[in-house]
Amino acid sequence: MSRGATPRPPFWLVAPATLVAGATVLPLVYLVLRTLEAGPAAWHLLLRPRTATVVVNSLLLAAAVTVAAVAIGVPLAWLTTRSDLPFRRVWAVLTLMPLVIPSYVGSFAIVSAFGPRGILQKWLEPLFGVERLPEIYGFFGAWLTLTLFTYPYVLLSVRGMLLRMDPDLEAAARSLGWGPVATFFRVTLPLLRPAILAGGLLVAMYVLSDFGAVTMLQYETFTRAIYVQYQASLDRALAASLSLVLVAITTLLLVGESYLRGRARYARVGTGVGRPVTVVRLGRWRWAALAFCGLVVCLALVVPVAVVVHWLVRGLAAGEPLQLVWRPLLNSVTVSAAAAGVSVAAALPIALLSVRYQGRLARFLEKAVYLGHALPGIVVALSLVFFGIRYATPLYQTTALLVLAYVVLFLPQAVGAVQASLRQVNPHLEEAARTLGRRPLEVVREVTGPLVLPGLFAGFALVFLTAMKELPATLLLSPIGFKTLATQVWSATAEAFFARAAAPMLVLILASGLSLALVLEREPSLGRTGRSAATWRRPEWTEPELTPPGPTG
Amino acid sequence: MTLGASLRRRAAGMLLATLVASLALAGCGGRTGPGASGEPGAQQAPAQTGENPASEGQQGLTGPIVIYSGRSEELIGPVLKRFTETTGIDVQVKYGDTAALAATILEEGDRSPADVFFAQDAGALGALAKAGRFTRLPDHILNKVAPRFRSPEGYWVGTSGRARVVAYNVDRVDPAELPETIWGFTDPKWKGRIGWVPTNASFQAFVTALRVLESEDKAREWLQGILKNEPRAYENNTAALQAVADGEVDVAFINHYYLYRFLKEHGEGFKARIHFMTGGDAGALVNVAGVGVLKTAKHQEAAFKLVEWLLSEEAQRMVVQENGEYPLIPGVEPPFDLPPLDQLKTPDLDLSDLDSLEETLNLLREVGAL
Repeated sequence: MSRGATPRPPFWLVAPATLVAGATVLPLVYLVLRTLEAGPAAWHLLLRPRTATVVVNSLLLAAAVTVAAVAIGVPLAWLTTRSDLPFRRVWAVLTLMPLVIPSYVGSFAIVSAFGPRGILQKWLEPLFGVERLPEIYGFFGAWLTLTLFTYPYVLLSVRGMLLRMDPDLEAAARSLGWGPVATFFRVTLPLLRPAILAGGLLVAMYVLSDFGAVTMLQYETFTRAIYVQYQASLDRALAASLSLVLVAITTLLLVGESYLRGRARYARVGTGVGRPVTVVRLGRWRWAALAFCGLVVCLALVVPVAVVVHWLVRGLAAGEPLQLVWRPLLNSVTVSAAAAGVSVAAALPIALLSVRYQGRLARFLEKAVYLGHALPGIVVALSLVFFGIRYATPLYQTTALLVLAYVVLFLPQAVGAVQASLRQVNPHLEEAARTLGRRPLEVVREVTGPLVLPGLFAGFALVFLTAMKELPATLLLSPIGFKTLATQVWSATAEAFFARAAAPMLVLILASGLSLALVLEREPSLGRTGRSAATWRRPEWTEPELTPPGPTG
Repeated sequence: MTLGASLRRRAAGMLLATLVASLALAGCGGRTGPGASGEPGAQQAPAQTGENPASEGQQGLTGPIVIYSGRSEELIGPVLKRFTETTGIDVQVKYGDTAALAATILEEGDRSPADVFFAQDAGALGALAKAGRFTRLPDHILNKVAPRFRSPEGYWVGTSGRARVVAYNVDRVDPAELPETIWGFTDPKWKGRIGWVPTNASFQAFVTALRVLESEDKAREWLQGILKNEPRAYENNTAALQAVADGEVDVAFINHYYLYRFLKEHGEGFKARIHFMTGGDAGALVNVAGVGVLKTAKHQEAAFKLVEWLLSEEAQRMVVQENGEYPLIPGVEPPFDLPPLDQLKTPDLDLSDLDSLEETLNLLREVGAL
C-alpha cells in the first residue's frame, strides 16, 4: 500500500521538538560567536597540516572502535537474548556494566594492568622473565580501551531490538529449513541494522568527544587538541574554531548514518501468534560462548574494578580512613535521574517526528539534537556558562542548568533508543486509534507510549548511567559546594590520592550497576524466555476492532 | 480497553511517575541546590549573592567568599575550613581544573559570582590579570612574599612553591650519574630512558623559562635533543612518576611534591626519588600556585582577608605539610627532607615573564612534542 505524500507534522509535535532542538544547538551558537572573535588566527590554526593529521587520527580511531564495538556487541546481544547460554541473565547485566566505568578510570586501570611494566608484567616476570610488555600507548591502547568501555552502547541497542523483534520471522525462517546460522545472517542481522547503526553512531560520537582515554593512552585526537588549546593558552576563540571542525565531522557522520539506514521500514505488519522466542541450543559451542563473555567481562569490568579495589586495600593498609560518600551519591543519583527523565521526555517528540514524518524539518531537528553529543564536555559547559549567566541568571549554577547540560550532551542516547523502538511500531496501530476517535495526544499516551516503553527504559538507563560519570560539565555548572561521585573521584585522582578515589569510585560502579539491574528488571522482558514472549506479545493489539486492515507494502 | 490494559497502564504509569519525580527533583534541586549540600555557608544561592552588593560591600567581611579553586579540595579544603574557624568568614568553593575555571571566569565576565581565583600555576593567574579580571592586592599582603613569587603589578600573589626536579628510579639510576643541568639529558646515553609531560602546564612553564632565560633557538635545540632520545610522553606528572617507579622509564621531568604523596600511600619501598638540578638553569625553576581577587568581587575585604590568611604561618604550615610544596613566607620550614628554598639553585627569573605561553606552544608543536 502506498502511503502517498508524507503528511505535514502537526504543531503539537513540532513545537516541543523545536524547543528541544533549540536547546541542543546552543553550544553551536556559542562556538560560532567565539570563532568570529578569533579572526584570521583561527584560519591559521585550522589550515596547518597538523589539523589534518589530528582529524584523520580521530576518524581512524572512531571507525576502528565502532567496528570492534559492533563485533563485540552484536554477538553478546544475541547470546544473552536468543541462546541457551548458561547464567544468561547474569551475563546480560555483567556485559552491560562496563558502561558505568568512566573512561578516565578505565584507561588508568588498563594502563596499570597492561602497561609495559604494569601488573601483568609483574606477574609474568618471575615466570617467564618478561622485561616489558609490548607498547600499550598510542592507537592500539586507545582503541582497546575505548572499545571495552563503549561496546555496551551497541549491545544495549541491539538487545532491545532483539527482545522486541517479531519472533515469528525467525521461526518462519527456521521452519523453511534454514539453520540457526543462516537465520541469523539472513533474517535477524538485516532486521538489526537500524539498532546497530544507532549504537554505532553513539560509539563513534563517544570516541570523537572522549578526552580521558586518549590522553591517558597518548593518542592525539581532535578533542585532545581542543583541550590543549583551553589548557595551555586559555584561548577560547581558537578552541571554539577547532570545535566547529568537530561539529562538521559529526554532521558528516549523521548524514552517513541516515544514508546507511535508508528508507527501509521495520514495523511488524501482521499480528502474529503468541509464541515464545526460539532458543538456539549452543551445544558444545557453549564453552566458546562462555569464554567470549568471560573475556569481555574480565577486561572491561573485572580489571578496572580489581585495580580500584587494589587502591582501596593499599590505602586502608596505609591508614587512609574510609570516607563515606552518602551526600555525593545522593547528588549523583538525583541529577542523573532528573537528566534521564528530562531526556526521555524530550526525546519522544523528536523521535516521533523523525520516524513518523520524514520531511526536511524532521530531519533537520533530529540531526540538531545530535550535535551536543560529539562535543567535548567542556565546550558544552562553557557555552551554557555563557548563555546561563546572561540570559538565565536565576538558574545559573543551579542543578537545573546542570541537568540541561546533561540533556544537551546525552539526549541522542535517549533519542536513538526511542527511535529504534518506534520504528518497530506499526503506524497503522496509531491510525486505527485515530479512526476510533482518539485525539493525537491520547494516541501517544494510550498507544504509542506503551508500545515504545522498552525504548524509553533503555534511553533512561543510557542517559542515567552516562550522566553519573560525567565530569567536565559537572565541575563547571553545578551549584557551589555540590559534590557528586564523579567529582569526588576526580578530586582525589587529580592529586594522585588514589586510595581516596577508590571508595567513591566503587560506590559509583555499584550504584550504577544496581540501577542498571533495576532497569533491566523492569524492561518488559529480560531474557525470561518462556515469559518474555507472553509478556511482550501485546495481546491487546490482536483485539479485532484494532487490527490493522490488511498487510502493507 | 479490555485486554492487558491494566498491565500496560501500570507500566506506563510507572514510567510517567518516574518522569514526574525526576522533573520535580530537578525543579527543587534548582531552587535549593547550594543548600542541598548541607554545608554551613552553602545556604545562599550564588545567584542571590549578586543582589546585595551594597550591604555586603560596606561591611565586606561577612562573606561568604566565593572561591573558584583549581587546587583540589584534598589539598586546600582543610586549610579553608580552618580559615572559617579562625575568622568566622564563610567560604563557598567551586573546585575544578585551573584552566577550565579560568575560562569560566572569562565567560562569566562582569557577572561572575567568584570573589577569589585560586590557581595551580602562575600562567592562569597571569592570563586573568592580562584580561583585566583582577583587582590590585594591598601592599601589606604583597610584601609577605618575595617579589619573584608574585605579580609585579600586584594582581596576584603566590601561596606555595613547586620546584622542577628530575625523578629517577633508585634501582636503575645512580644519583651521581644525573647531570647538573637539563642539557645533560640530551646525551645519547639517556636514549629511551626519559619520561616527560609535554601537555602539562608546569612543563610548559619550564620551556617558557628556557626560552626566556636562554633563547628561542636554545629552547628548540634542547627540545630536539630530548626528542632524539625518544622520550615517553605521559598524561600528567603522576603518571610519569608512577612510570619511573615501575621502571617504564628511568627518569622523568616533574614537579617535586608528587613524590611525597606517593611515599605517603606506597611507603618507603616506592622506587622513585627526586633530584634537584644544580646548574641554575630553567631545570631548577620554582613556580607557584597562587591567588588573585576578582575586580568584580562582592566581598572584597573578606577576600583580602583570606589571601592574607593563606600567607600566615599556620596556613603555610598546613599547605606544605599536606602536600609537600614549598612555603613562601620566611619562618616556615619546608616539609619532609626538602632542601630550603633559598638553597635551591633557581634561575633568576620573574614569573610574570612566563606569560608567553602561546609561543611555547607553537615551539612545542613545531618540534613535534605536542
